[in-house]
Amino acid sequence: MPVRVQTGDFDAGREIASLRAGDRGVGAIAVFVGNVRDRNDDADVGRLTLEHYPGMTEAALEDIVAQAKRRFDIHDVLVIHRVGALAPGDQIVLVAVTGSHRGAAFDACEFTMDYLKTRAPFWKKERSKDGERWVEARASDDEAAARW
Amino acid sequence: MRDATETAVRLRLVYLARLREAFDSSGETLTLDQEAPTIDDVAGRLRARGGPWADELAPGRAVRFAVNHRLARRDDTVSDGDEVAIFPPVTGG
Repeated sequence: MPVRVQTGDFDAGREIASLRAGDRGVGAIAVFVGNVRDRNDDADVGRLTLEHYPGMTEAALEDIVAQAKRRFDIHDVLVIHRVGALAPGDQIVLVAVTGSHRGAAFDACEFTMDYLKTRAPFWKKERSKDGERWVEARASDDEAAARW
Repeated sequence: MRDATETAVRLRLVYLARLREAFDSSGETLTLDQEAPTIDDVAGRLRARGGPWADELAPGRAVRFAVNHRLARRDDTVSDGDEVAIFPPVTGG
């Protein structure tokens, strides 16, 4: 499966090894891992809850992966995104791209993250000592996605 | 004489994240008696309820829509049996 939405953690090394297995033409693997920071907008984050839209989440990620494969000369893409309750330091998302050369692999990895940040139906809710609040989308994410 | 139910467009609405809390509802069925209603028509119908509906769906508010699990624009039409999700700008990754 090119995309997975799961509550459990992932082992990036193992996922990369699986992704590239059997493809001896792979010359480059570009990887992004996103983690929960301990601070956001000047407040300490105690817990992060990732909500998603079951049914659309996987479809949206698959669509982004399909676009990446059409636009960039790459071999394969893997996206894993966690949902549910997470703590500071936890891994949230993995994007791994294999290709013959690094340029397309880097670009496809960045494209996939920029599109995920603006199109994939996930929402973060932070809990701190001051209470709970929904994280706001950033204009910089829309600007990043618009570059492609 | 045309049967009025022929033009009924029954939608399954889904509210997500902060909007679910604002509307105090995770979803409902909505029936529109018009031909080829758009997402804008759906939003207008909900806005007319006043209260948090009018606030959250007011012009200029950042709201996103999906029809049958695909992002939709406000001028997209909806059909009988469609699932329409309404949610804030996404914040994954």
